[in-house]
Amino acid sequence: MDTRDTPEQAELRRTARRLARDLGPRTVADLDDDKRKQRLAEAVRDAGWLELRQDGGDGAPLAGGVEAAIIAEALGEAVADVPFAGPLLAADLARRAGARPLEGAVVAFSPDLIGAAVVSGPVTRSRVVAVDCAAAGPASAYVLAPEGDGYRLASLELDGASGGADLTRAVRPLPVGAPLHPIPDQSRLLTGADLEAWAALGLALASADLVGLMRGVLDLSVAYAQQRRQYGVPIGAFQAVQHLLAEARCLLEGAFSAALYPAWAVDQLPPQEACAAGRVAKAYGARAARAVCETAVQVHGGMGNTWDCIVHVHLRRALLSSGWFGDDGEQLRQLQRTRLGVADGLS
Amino acid sequence: MDFRDSPEEAAFRSRLRAWLAENNPGLPVSSTDDEYWARQAEWHTALYDAGFFGLSWPSRFGGHDRPSVFDVILDEELAAAGAPPRPSLGYLVQGITTHGSEAVQERFLPGLISGRERWCQGFSEPDAGSDLASLRTTARRDGDEYVIDGYKIWTSYSDVADWCFLLARTDPDVPKHKGLSAFAVPMHQPGIQQRSLRMINGITKEFGQVTFDGARVPAENRIGEPGEGWRIAMTIVSHEREPGEVGYVARYAKTVKDLEATVRADPGAFRSDQREAVAWAHVQAEMLRLHVRRRLSERMERVDHGPGGSIDKLLMTWVEQTVGAAALSVAGPRALLDGDDVALKIYLYSRAQSVMGGTSQIQKNIVATRILGLPTG
Repeated sequence: MDTRDTPEQAELRRTARRLARDLGPRTVADLDDDKRKQRLAEAVRDAGWLELRQDGGDGAPLAGGVEAAIIAEALGEAVADVPFAGPLLAADLARRAGARPLEGAVVAFSPDLIGAAVVSGPVTRSRVVAVDCAAAGPASAYVLAPEGDGYRLASLELDGASGGADLTRAVRPLPVGAPLHPIPDQSRLLTGADLEAWAALGLALASADLVGLMRGVLDLSVAYAQQRRQYGVPIGAFQAVQHLLAEARCLLEGAFSAALYPAWAVDQLPPQEACAAGRVAKAYGARAARAVCETAVQVHGGMGNTWDCIVHVHLRRALLSSGWFGDDGEQLRQLQRTRLGVADGLS
Repeated sequence: MDFRDSPEEAAFRSRLRAWLAENNPGLPVSSTDDEYWARQAEWHTALYDAGFFGLSWPSRFGGHDRPSVFDVILDEELAAAGAPPRPSLGYLVQGITTHGSEAVQERFLPGLISGRERWCQGFSEPDAGSDLASLRTTARRDGDEYVIDGYKIWTSYSDVADWCFLLARTDPDVPKHKGLSAFAVPMHQPGIQQRSLRMINGITKEFGQVTFDGARVPAENRIGEPGEGWRIAMTIVSHEREPGEVGYVARYAKTVKDLEATVRADPGAFRSDQREAVAWAHVQAEMLRLHVRRRLSERMERVDHGPGGSIDKLLMTWVEQTVGAAALSVAGPRALLDGDDVALKIYLYSRAQSVMGGTSQIQKNIVATRILGLPTG
């Protein structure tokens, strides 16, 4: 037992943080800088990060959940406006189905964002959404089509533009009535266990993103508290402000400790255990990130409530990562089911 | 990054599990019943004699020289077995190891670790709680001895202690942080009077107050140099704040496990908010278990005596108070109608966690100024 990074993981952590910091947005205005965004997307693609969960040749992914989570955390820290978890989860799902991944595809989610959308025919509900996809232009999304005891993958072409709460990651509704394309090279049906293992990865990546967001927004808030002066002193000298930031730091540390385990468990433990680890991390991380981002807005005061102050970008992204694969309430509900024997329908 | 047991760790875990199956003393939940503290020494020596205590401490003092993550295994298995937590005295071991001379270490560590000699910690005074450095108990040099006069309070286990790890003022003429020294004071002597304090949950065997009236301690029992007391105290409290050092994870996990069993027996008998409180307590306790795994893994590189313990203490406090609140919620009216209810006692005891070992407010001051680098006000 040793939860420290291996030297390779530590190096990846450094590289990912550097890349995300150099190419991610520093200001809200940067979000409109398409050239920078393009450079960031190219850098992520060239680093091979989007392929990490593709089949490495023996059915196992090219890289582990830990490596994927390290990158997710770094991108979250820099509020990097580039698809990562979305395409990675699509590749992971395709691998489990024994299919070659579709270029640039993501997974479509049910309207509650908890799981992959299950669709039997052309989409009739427009609120089925692709998450963390390209913001515009042609792209495809996987949905699940029930077959026998399992699921077959199918794909849909996206056409609408994005417009979610998160300013750094796109969510796009699936077009109503669009035809489902079969995935001819799928070599096996996805089982419930496959989907549980896949959800564990989703929970781990969302939890890692939340950890990164807390780290990023806390650094900004501490820096602001040192520089902003009122009553002739930096506001960070006031105990009331200090204690808010100290609590935020503790929440970050706890969330980080909790998030490491599911990232490792994704490839090492049975799906049910990996998923349970993910639920713990996600429940803790969602509540922690919400509190930390709200503290950040508070410490930034009046400025923090203006569009041009970047901390709402963190808060908005935290809201999406918290809801993706189910928010804290949903995770606690699932834990009640698995640990307390609470049957569905018991209120 | 690897959360799996190595072959050595797995072998240790299964040996420990087998031993616990036969040797769980079945004590009441710690800090809810005086019987627990009455029999805690027995538990300490049993654990030690079976080779399951002092895992990461030097073997020449009775430890086992194992990597610190073995303590994680110990905590996890104690919780799984519903056994009492390991004795929490690692912080005294850290203090003596870091600051004591070779002679002091040889004299005191074996008895401390084996449980054959019982210790209490004499730091706080009625007028020196958070402002510990203002303490007024004095140690006056008299030949080969020091003479101690003063009053200590909130002293855990003073009623059964053979030794007191005492912080006293040896030099009144220097700034308050610089005039303190630390001593191992024998408790069984005429100059010392010990009285129990009753805690808000009714237990009387944990908390004490100690009066020193011309008590004597040989100069060779001084730990560290004269004036080194403040640094020693800071080493000790930094570890007293670490869940990895005090082993409370097992206590929380055991309570959560009991709460889960209660609800599982008849889920429909509990409201959704009660069930959610238990699920959230599980999340918190599990976070702390994983946090301790991380901290003790980091410790394989080096033992850090820094301010990080304040972060851990705050996390631990939130966990204990979440678990305590969940216990009270699940108990419902039962805890209100029976003043001896265990859930009531667990809940009331949990309020001490944000005070003992330095209040949460002091921890936040430390995190803000020493970790975040915010200016001191």
